[in-house]
Amino acid sequence: MQWRWDFTFEILPRMLWATGNTLLAALIGYAIALVVGLIFLLLQQTRFRPVNIITREIVEFIRSTPLLVQLFFVYFVAPQFGLTLSAWTSAMITIGLHFGTYMSEVYRGGLNAVPKGQWEACRALNMGPVRTYFRVILPQALPVALPGMGNYLIGIFKDTPMLATIGVAELMHTANALGAETYRYLEPYTMVGFIFLMISLPTAAGLRKLEAAVARAQGKIKR
Amino acid sequence: MSYFEFIATYLPKLLQGTVNTGLVMLGATLLAISVSLVFGLMRLSRSRVSQVLATIYIEFFRGTSLLVQLYWVYYVLPLMGVSFTAMTSGILALGLNFGAYGAEIFRGSVQAVPRAQWEAALALNMSPMLRMRRIIIPQTFPILLPPAANLTVELLKATALVALISVVDLMFVAKQINATTWMSAQAFGTALLVYYAMARFVLTPFLRWLEVLAARKMGQDQGS
Repeated sequence: MQWRWDFTFEILPRMLWATGNTLLAALIGYAIALVVGLIFLLLQQTRFRPVNIITREIVEFIRSTPLLVQLFFVYFVAPQFGLTLSAWTSAMITIGLHFGTYMSEVYRGGLNAVPKGQWEACRALNMGPVRTYFRVILPQALPVALPGMGNYLIGIFKDTPMLATIGVAELMHTANALGAETYRYLEPYTMVGFIFLMISLPTAAGLRKLEAAVARAQGKIKR
Repeated sequence: MSYFEFIATYLPKLLQGTVNTGLVMLGATLLAISVSLVFGLMRLSRSRVSQVLATIYIEFFRGTSLLVQLYWVYYVLPLMGVSFTAMTSGILALGLNFGAYGAEIFRGSVQAVPRAQWEAALALNMSPMLRMRRIIIPQTFPILLPPAANLTVELLKATALVALISVVDLMFVAKQINATTWMSAQAFGTALLVYYAMARFVLTPFLRWLEVLAARKMGQDQGS
């Protein structure tokens, strides 16, 4: 089968429109994951131990099962309980929960990297919890957490093609539809791969720049 | 239908799916390990050409999505006259993709072996091949195993994608049961539990055992 450029340009507008949906799904999913991660983190550090343990087990369960199966679970099981979720809603809930568990680990790693002496110093200086967090702890935890946070942004982006399976109209879904309409699969699928490469490589490079900039602002010279 | 009846009815199918998931996992793991070794060593090589080739490979497979690669291998390659069965396509795409991640882990662990070990091997007039095989690679294991264990669990989770190219794995069976009975909670819930059990009670203990073994071997080697 030969590559056809006229066909490529014919389907380009639809592919680009779908790229917008892919990006939207990745960004909304990421925003939810950031918040869910924080909730999981806090629920693992309460004063009530059973809550910590149960949250820990839930996080472990979500982390060790496939996103695809979770996606189908949420999409098909919710209606059994009288709650009909659209494909988009199911997708965002699943991505938010799944990557929220990863995000909570990233946050935890960042917080653990702050030496204990810093907390004690804040206590000794009689700083309130808000000032302790925002002026002392978070500025030191953020550079440690940043690479992980960035990697999961790209990770979510690269997992969005799975959403096509429950009918979210993103890139992969559009490529499947175009293939079914025209019986040409070469161009749509190759274009999806190319578009992914064109977005994820610059994003990864940008994130490395951001990490370097944050490290510099912290007065640490990287490499 | 109670959950027990559900399990009794669909146990053979679920077992078949689990076995196929295990097969895909095994094949993809072996391929990924080979790919990581080859491209990890290529990135470490002094030859500029092999460095660039390996970097292109790694960035390509990490930059495009696994599902896209899977569809490409299964639907597009046959158009060019190269066709594989669904299972082979799945193993191929998973192995090539995770090999790219593994190559970076392997490269990092080789670079983490203390400089003095390289120098000592050089001083003993070891050939590069012997140095790599007897001195450097055995010492990479304790460094490499923890991140490799994470990657292996990721690989197990990623095998669920092969259901989308019609490999009859656990996910595929769950989808099938869901389509015929509409008992979604039971079908997908059971699949989730089986994946969880495989990750938590089979894979993780095995990898932890490997880590302990590697640490112990290192200790013995240093002692003698």
